[in-house]
Amino acid sequence: MKTINLETQTVRDLNQALHLQAQSCTEAEWEVLEPKGQHNIACGLDQKIKVEIKGHAGYYCAGMNKEAHVIVHGNVGQGVAENMMSGIVHVKGDASQAAGATGHGGLLIIEGNAGARCGISMKGLDIVVKGNIGHMSCFMGQAGSLVVCGDAGEALGDSLYETHIYVKGEVKSLGADCIKKDMRDEHIEELAELLNRAGINEDPKAFKRYGSARQLYNFKVDNASAY
Amino acid sequence: MSECNDVKPGLRESATFDRNTMTEIRRAADTGIYDIRGFGAKRKLPHFDDLLFLGASMSRYPLEGYREKCNTSVMLGTRFAKKPIKLDIPVTIAGMSFGALSANAKEALGRGASIMGTSTTTGDGGMTPEERGQSSKLVYQYLPSRYGMNPDDLRKADAIEIVLGQGAKPGGGGMLLGQKITERVAGMRTLPMGVDQRSACRHPDWTGPDDLAIKILELREITDWQVPIYIKIGATRTYYDVKLAVKAGADVIVVDGMQGGTAATQDVFIEHVGIPTLAAVPQAVQALQEMGMHRKVQLIVSGGIRNGADVAKCMALGADAVAIGTAALVALGCNHPKYDEEFKNIGSAAGFYDDYHEGKDPAGISTQDPELAKRLDPVDAGRRLANYLNVLVLEAQTLARACGKNDLRNLEPEDLVALTVESAAMARVPLAGTSWVPGQSF
Amino acid sequence: MCGIVGLYLKNPALESRIGELFAPMLIAMTDRGPDSAGFAIYGDEVGEGWVKLTLRHPEKNYDWEGLAKLFKDQLAVELEWFQNSNVAIFKIHMADETAEAFIAANAPEVLILSAGQSIEILKEVGLPEQIVETFNLKKMKGSHIIGHTRMATESAVTMEGSHPFSTGMDLCLVHNGSLSNHNRLRKELQREGVKFETDNDSEVAAGYLTYRLQQGDSLNEALENALKDLDGFFTFTIGTRDGFAVVRDPIACKPAVMAETEDYVAIASEYQALTTLPGIENARVWEPEPATIYVWERNSEEGK
Repeated sequence: MKTINLETQTVRDLNQALHLQAQSCTEAEWEVLEPKGQHNIACGLDQKIKVEIKGHAGYYCAGMNKEAHVIVHGNVGQGVAENMMSGIVHVKGDASQAAGATGHGGLLIIEGNAGARCGISMKGLDIVVKGNIGHMSCFMGQAGSLVVCGDAGEALGDSLYETHIYVKGEVKSLGADCIKKDMRDEHIEELAELLNRAGINEDPKAFKRYGSARQLYNFKVDNASAY
Repeated sequence: MSECNDVKPGLRESATFDRNTMTEIRRAADTGIYDIRGFGAKRKLPHFDDLLFLGASMSRYPLEGYREKCNTSVMLGTRFAKKPIKLDIPVTIAGMSFGALSANAKEALGRGASIMGTSTTTGDGGMTPEERGQSSKLVYQYLPSRYGMNPDDLRKADAIEIVLGQGAKPGGGGMLLGQKITERVAGMRTLPMGVDQRSACRHPDWTGPDDLAIKILELREITDWQVPIYIKIGATRTYYDVKLAVKAGADVIVVDGMQGGTAATQDVFIEHVGIPTLAAVPQAVQALQEMGMHRKVQLIVSGGIRNGADVAKCMALGADAVAIGTAALVALGCNHPKYDEEFKNIGSAAGFYDDYHEGKDPAGISTQDPELAKRLDPVDAGRRLANYLNVLVLEAQTLARACGKNDLRNLEPEDLVALTVESAAMARVPLAGTSWVPGQSF
Repeated sequence: MCGIVGLYLKNPALESRIGELFAPMLIAMTDRGPDSAGFAIYGDEVGEGWVKLTLRHPEKNYDWEGLAKLFKDQLAVELEWFQNSNVAIFKIHMADETAEAFIAANAPEVLILSAGQSIEILKEVGLPEQIVETFNLKKMKGSHIIGHTRMATESAVTMEGSHPFSTGMDLCLVHNGSLSNHNRLRKELQREGVKFETDNDSEVAAGYLTYRLQQGDSLNEALENALKDLDGFFTFTIGTRDGFAVVRDPIACKPAVMAETEDYVAIASEYQALTTLPGIENARVWEPEPATIYVWERNSEEGK
């Protein structure tokens, strides 16, 4: 177990040390102390290591994460796990805006609430939020799944492509081209698996599914107001 | 008030409702949707042709053509990057996506640029292995859509270009219509095949230079501060934008004027948003000079660069380098007269073709159709691009030497005069034969 | 673009330390705003019939004593004053309009940064660290304080262009974001008699609020109207005599984080700025919702 204290060392020192693990994994477990909301902590990782951040992180924590398992014992700022490729990022507290933005793969777990634009433009990652999510979430979501145990804010799934959205609570309003869809067996199965991977105990049957109406897939004059 | 003599003597066309305007109104009435096309602004604008160099004579002495060297190389990214980029020539290839262009076209661009020791740039679709293989120096674009974005490619790049906008559509996002979203393109962009791609116009996880500064730090962290970070902006409020780009932490700033091309966007956007390249350059340079950053944060200018005179004039106004997009494609063979019959079959003509969005380019450049794309031989086209780049540089050197400069970057605004009041005001150089620079208060 | 910070004390025991608590918050926002910084501090209230003015002159050894004497001699008013760098705080036993008119007539180069019974606005070009030093912020006492670090977007880097902007008695505004319809609004407000010193978009927002309040809006109503009439991206923090208000535009791209304990309510553009506050580890931390007005004031309920 390697400990890095951000009171005495810099985020640059930390990230450099973590990046070196990509070439050869010499240390599988890391602990980061006194993060105090600093930005870019543990971003660009590319190795099967576990990194525990003991406190709140700022923007882009675990940005572009590959392979690694990052756990934040606190809240995170904007863009946590943005453009994530694989691995697991687990936030015990709340996440600010754009959580999981444009992520391609892996799993992002948020135990608290996520702010606006959760999963914006997501491209294949799975996001599971225990709490609520803010407005404009899953805007232009292209692939992957977004699971919300709490409520969703305004304009959910605006301009949605193919991301699967499951919400247990209330959806304040749906965005352009996003509609409620039936939960069929394959969706219940998919959701059960996601909840299981996230370690969350919820009945998939209590969730509702939302998806794209696919009316904006090709430019049509009758949809002009949606542009 | 033009008389249409080809129709009948005495007929008078309206300058306001000319035939092109009427055609467009009819098209709008037919379809109910805006006109989408490629290419840059086509209307006549004040441009570099309106400027002239004051060559040497009695008060200034020229340099000999061959023996007396005129340096053309430039270093980009010296501000923060551990590995700045050295270009042998101050002309780079602007960002154009695989998707907008065929794979053969991207390969040709890589080949030509590498022969001449300069860089190419990926576009709104991600990095292809072919492009990384072909380009000795590759700039990787970081766009609002983030199509294909991944940290491995980020680390393979020689520089990262954060795109806020481009000259053709400042404030707009990318666009690729269904006919060009083939299986490969769709796979790279994580989209269903055949959809009309809508790209976001704002970045998903930051808005504003204060948050951009943090994003730049993130990209530097992920790449261990190795490579230069560029910021590309479409020319609008260039003076403020350049200052903010410097404050946000850019190594290099790319300013793209309204003549800059695109593969597809609304015609109304192309023609009515943004300012001419000529007007943007002095604003950008003034901003850099006021911050003490001229030459320390390098400036790349694009948008309608066509010949060595344009290159030299941009450099005289203070740019460190230029980028070409449309011109590079024309060098490859875009709009070639040998395909005139085929252009006519698709409702266009050689020299007029701008329907890149339809993906039917007979030259095989802006298409994903494998039959058409086959027509472009990447090796031959790469050679043509290299030739063209060579001419750009030779021409620029000729002009620089004539002005007595041993380095292209020693050209100054004082080496220039203007032919019109507009160009004098925009470029901030005097009207030829006078000492008058209209609109002195900037 | 910029950084915003604010601290409202619920526990009066902390009032003697407000400057000490606030200084690191301001400095933490340096990267977001390296051009200039400023703050509005509330406390040291003057009584009814008195007005407190924050006055500025570019020269540090301006003859403030002379100006004070002029007031006392010509108007026979009670007056106390003290200096802080190139700013002087004048406490005068008279109506605000009369005091301001007198200054305009007799010392036109003196700039009035704020007026009220509690507010003092101090701002300058330079790094936040320098502003903290120059005005000796760490030693200040008060009930609440809001501050700002500036990265100038479209207007010049000047002291006048720095935030907070004063919008009326004991009122001020700080802004992170960029408005898009401020030019026409400025002309309309000018026609209604509002005065502007700069071409800064934030100053227009401040002037707009002043105007709405003059028209009889409550603070809440004025901010509801602002949400309708102002176009662009913004997080605003407004300082009032008894507390502060926070509002974000409906798209809410510009950041805002709030923290609350039994002792205080704080706001900042980034969580980093809140980490030095006592008890922050156990604070309730949340982000204000878009298009929602939050007000905290003494003698009133918290929240929306």
